[in-house]
Amino acid sequence: MLTVKNLKVNYGAIAALKGISFHVPKGSIVTLIGANGAGKTTTLQTISGLNKVVEGNIHFGEKDISNMSPHKIVALGISQSPEGRLIFPGLSVRENLMMGAYLRREKKEILEDLDYCFSIFPRLKERLKQAGGTLSGGEQQMLAISRALMARPHLLLLDEPSLGIAPLLLQLIFEKITEINRDIGVTMLLVEQNAHMALKVASYCYVLETGAITLEGPASELASNEDVQKAYLGM
Amino acid sequence: MEEFLQQLINGLSLGAIYALIALGYTMIYGVLRFINFAHGDVFMIGTYIGFFILTSSFGQALGPGFGTAVIVFLAAMLGCGLLGVTIEFLAYRPLRTRPKLTVLITAIGVSFFLEYTGQLSFVFGADPRTFPTVVEKTMVVQSGSLVIDSYQIIIFVVAIVLMLGLRMLIMKTRIGTALRASSMNLNAASLMGINTNAVISFTFFVGSALAGAGAILYAMSYPKINPLMGILPGLKAFIAAVLGGIGNISGAAVGGFIIGSAETMTAGYISPTLRDAIVFAILIFILIVKPSGLFGQGGTEKV
Ligand SMILES: Nc1ncnc2c1ncn2[C@@H]1O[C@H](COP(=O)(O)OP(=O)(O)O)[C@@H](O)[C@H]1O
Ligand SMILES: [Mg+2]
Repeated sequence: MLTVKNLKVNYGAIAALKGISFHVPKGSIVTLIGANGAGKTTTLQTISGLNKVVEGNIHFGEKDISNMSPHKIVALGISQSPEGRLIFPGLSVRENLMMGAYLRREKKEILEDLDYCFSIFPRLKERLKQAGGTLSGGEQQMLAISRALMARPHLLLLDEPSLGIAPLLLQLIFEKITEINRDIGVTMLLVEQNAHMALKVASYCYVLETGAITLEGPASELASNEDVQKAYLGM
Repeated sequence: MEEFLQQLINGLSLGAIYALIALGYTMIYGVLRFINFAHGDVFMIGTYIGFFILTSSFGQALGPGFGTAVIVFLAAMLGCGLLGVTIEFLAYRPLRTRPKLTVLITAIGVSFFLEYTGQLSFVFGADPRTFPTVVEKTMVVQSGSLVIDSYQIIIFVVAIVLMLGLRMLIMKTRIGTALRASSMNLNAASLMGINTNAVISFTFFVGSALAGAGAILYAMSYPKINPLMGILPGLKAFIAAVLGGIGNISGAAVGGFIIGSAETMTAGYISPTLRDAIVFAILIFILIVKPSGLFGQGGTEKV
């Protein structure tokens, strides 16, 4: 579904991605783990069209989406729950969710999807009229994921859903990620520093270190890999 | 009391014009986080658009009247709107990812460009021109020393109608929602599928069109126009936007009315020579006491 080949991205003179390649098969959850500053966010932002591709390419299905405008990429079916969640603070929870469906017109289906989000995160329904900025970190994460789902994407990009979440909610959020994948079969690319949680939900894993992929394999294999255990699982 | 009422009415009608100009500053700041210093000059161009229509053979044939007024308003709004979009496209868009200071200096450059090109003899010329009559001025209220003329009513009504229209546009329409989302977070907005470049063009169009409407209202009351005339009203409207909390739309409107009233009150009660000084005193005061303005959230960087 998503194939990234030899992707290079720079910030000025800094090379943030030094030619990475990976593949996300249809229907799967693939994770990209790495320490802070490894280039995870850069990767997702580049897929979403927010960063310029210097070299290499990104294929979504048959289509080369490198350097396409962000709104056209959303229209193709890629949505994102970004790092730091980026909830619209002045819009209500409902308005935030509706922003996710910005490009869609079918009223009935939008309302169905809204109901689906509430079934996954009932907390959002209770907070519907509240301004997005007043939610707790965990609730904002639920909102960010739901907002991305409201685009009815084929591919969902998740940037560190564990960031700044209370431990209790962490478990819940990752359970829901699996549930969403199972329910609607949406393909997911999950980027995480929390390798422990990521390896639990993903089927395949890539390890990113300072802009390069150093290791890859089925999640269960990497979870028992000694280097990964030492570097990312604190064992 | 009558004197106070008179000054207040004068102030609100002048303030309505500042408010219209201030809306453009604040909307553009809201989306791009920078001050469009050329905004006052776009306002100036608006008065010349009106001037050239009214002095053309077409305008002469039409003569003053309601229909003429509508044509002049729409033309100035459309012309200024397109000018704003063009300025953004040519001068600011290529610098989108550069430091804010670069864009700010460019805006000052655009401002000088419009002012000095305007002064060239084959453009507008440096000499002031007299803005022709758009509609005849009549007295509406005349009791004792209190005088309200039709221009004051027109200015007030046009400004209020435009502001309510803007509010509807922003709160009720799809593009308005996109605009609000974009001014909260441009990147997040583009991740929703919003074409942020289109939203930015739209913001420049609407903000500049409001300045165009303000230009005609201003030129009706102060008919001496020249290529540097945008500087002072532009600056005062900018102060109004800062006073209201830059980036805040209702704040800009309220700020405009406060600045206008402060100006006429000072002129009436203290001294007409202090009418500009009071506005700058307000700026200094607000920057010291509450830099985020009356309705600003604060915390964000100010330019
Ligand atoms: N806007 C930016 N400008 C300059 N450098 C950046 C920018 N964003 C990220 N970087 C740098 O690029 C590298 C990768 O960052 P990022 O993709 O955010 O990593 P991660 O998400 O894995 O923590 C880091 O060295 C970071 O400092
Ligand atoms: Mg990151």
